[in-house]
Amino acid sequence: MTAVGRYVGNIDWKKYGRELRFSLYTMRRPLDGFWDLIHEKRGSMAAAHTLVALMFITTLMWIVLTSFQFVPVNMETFNAWWTLGMNVVPIVLFSVANWCLTTLFDGKGKLSHIYMGYAYALAPQIIINIVQIPLSHVITFDEGAIFWSLSTISYLWFLLLLLCAMKEIHDYSFSKAILTSILSLAVISIMVFIFVMFFAVVSDGVAYFVSLWQEAMLRIQRG
Amino acid sequence: MKKRLICFSLALVLSIVSLLPVYATGSGHQLHTFNYNEWNIPVPSPDAYRVADFILGEHLGIGHFNNPRDLQVHGNLLYVADTENHRIVINEFFEDGTFDVADVVEHVFIDGVPSTFDRPNGIFVSPWAFNYGEIWIADTHNNRILHVDSDWNLITLIDRSKLERSALEEHNAFLPNKIAVDFSGRIFVQATHVNRGLMEFDHDGYFAGYMGAPDVTVTPWERFWRMLATREQRDRGWLFVPVEYNSVSIDREGFLMVTTASEDVESVRRLNAMGSDVMIRNGFDDPQGDTWWGSAGHIGGPSVLVAATGLPNGTFVVFDSNRGRLFKYDTQGHMLYAWAGTGHHEGFFMNPSALDSMGFDLFALDAQMGAITRFVLTEYGTLINEALELYQRGHYEESYTLWREVLRMNGNFQHAYGGVARALLRRGYYRQAMHYFRLTNDNSNFGRAFGFYRRIWMEENFWIFVVVVGVLVIVPPVVKKVLKVRREILAS
Repeated sequence: MTAVGRYVGNIDWKKYGRELRFSLYTMRRPLDGFWDLIHEKRGSMAAAHTLVALMFITTLMWIVLTSFQFVPVNMETFNAWWTLGMNVVPIVLFSVANWCLTTLFDGKGKLSHIYMGYAYALAPQIIINIVQIPLSHVITFDEGAIFWSLSTISYLWFLLLLLCAMKEIHDYSFSKAILTSILSLAVISIMVFIFVMFFAVVSDGVAYFVSLWQEAMLRIQRG
Repeated sequence: MKKRLICFSLALVLSIVSLLPVYATGSGHQLHTFNYNEWNIPVPSPDAYRVADFILGEHLGIGHFNNPRDLQVHGNLLYVADTENHRIVINEFFEDGTFDVADVVEHVFIDGVPSTFDRPNGIFVSPWAFNYGEIWIADTHNNRILHVDSDWNLITLIDRSKLERSALEEHNAFLPNKIAVDFSGRIFVQATHVNRGLMEFDHDGYFAGYMGAPDVTVTPWERFWRMLATREQRDRGWLFVPVEYNSVSIDREGFLMVTTASEDVESVRRLNAMGSDVMIRNGFDDPQGDTWWGSAGHIGGPSVLVAATGLPNGTFVVFDSNRGRLFKYDTQGHMLYAWAGTGHHEGFFMNPSALDSMGFDLFALDAQMGAITRFVLTEYGTLINEALELYQRGHYEESYTLWREVLRMNGNFQHAYGGVARALLRRGYYRQAMHYFRLTNDNSNFGRAFGFYRRIWMEENFWIFVVVVGVLVIVPPVVKKVLKVRREILAS
């Protein structure tokens, strides 16, 4: 038996299924659910990864399979990597930013807990994405309000779940959870700014040395 | 041996075929004609217009045109304001396609005394019944507008004395550029230094007010920045001023077509007598020239429209001075095609200044080259016109065949797919209509066709719902009953 085989063989599928199913519970009872998720160990990183993957897959399906009445997509320029980035980058950025911030504001959560909270909060979006696909093929453009209000609901639901998750994971009051979440957004923008600046400086630096090299080579060739 | 013979004969046939000339559909592609596809990407198209004449002053034997700024069609006559030569040149176009100079005018008669022009920028010749053939000249640097009869005798003169004091700032000269006169004799003037719309004069030449000024739109973002600005910054002329028009013409229905170089408002507008914009903008993008651009060859940014002209069937053409292109739109504001570009050869432009139409023929004026280009419709362009015409008159069957014909010549033309789809929708072929609306990305019309299709599908397949609902209503109680009976039997 290979190492991978052994690893797969040792997975407790029943436990994994329970953890995954728990996202349905956090969806309905966020305050209770997110407390248990961390403190009663009802969730796991494996299930969280699965939820993020599901989010990515359903977003892809949503873009490709939804009726063009609502989501026109040019398959010539469509880029799945971009979609992946749009799903994964916010999670990573938010987890890191929130963790950096809440360690200073005596939050109880670990980085992995924040990640799990975010991933479990995605559950309503996953489900509504899947519901919207067949729905879009039976309603007309004029009835699009049904379709778009579902999208709005999924976003609001997600935000509410995320707030509840932050509150329970860090053992905060609601106002403090809101405050740290908003501050996390500020931290995210600072991080993005630094990244962009870093790459701009590095590419300029590289360009400088490249042109220096070219100049030198030209002079050498000319003698 | 047999195999070899086959190979040889195949090779022979192929080599002969490759020697045959290859024909593109339509009439070639000399004018870089294109249109935008459903994803707003420019795609090539057969030429819809071709160059019939490329007219220079030398060809007419009257010397080179010097910075001509305006031209005006009247019947089969073409009036050209040859600005820097201080003259008006009139060309006559004959039935057989030839042309000749009919007249060169260098002055008008004021009470019998000749009075010369100084850089006239605009001319208008009345097509209306009650003042047919009367001429208005924007004698720009003499600061006057001359209204003359067809023998060039002055009827009225509009100068600064006809303006109210509030009409123009003291330090600004009255510099009329382009003129249009409507069927009631009202005169609309586009003038330099005027950003309050068009100057309107009554038929006696008295100033009646400004009309048609584009609304100034201030975005919340601009408002925010203005709020942050210091008093000094605000005083230094941070004003939200309306934009200036740069041309005015009148179409066959009496609406004014105005253009502006500004990016803040619609760059081409169709004004009614009240001065409000009545242009229909049902296209994916508003009529504005290019909707996608790179920045090659130091030419970037959106189109700068300098002229517009209405055609007999309600379509209109705009002239872009940024890239020397012409864009044609239908009555609903869908772009049909664009052509020409920047260059020194026939059919291309260096500094577009004016545009007018004689029937469906277009006359485009280039100030830098001093050239008049006459465009006439090709087979492809005629076909599109016919299809539009039939569709507007409600002959959907015939328009369907013509749109198919257009598509055969140009499969890139998304508007034709729309035409086919609409014809199919009107005839009740909803499923096919959906397919064609899908091809043009027209989601709202797709929704309409789909609505009809869905209703028919529901009517035909209603039994499915009956069965499903029936099953849902009947099965659970029966199962429950059966289970209950079974339990009772087991218990006993």
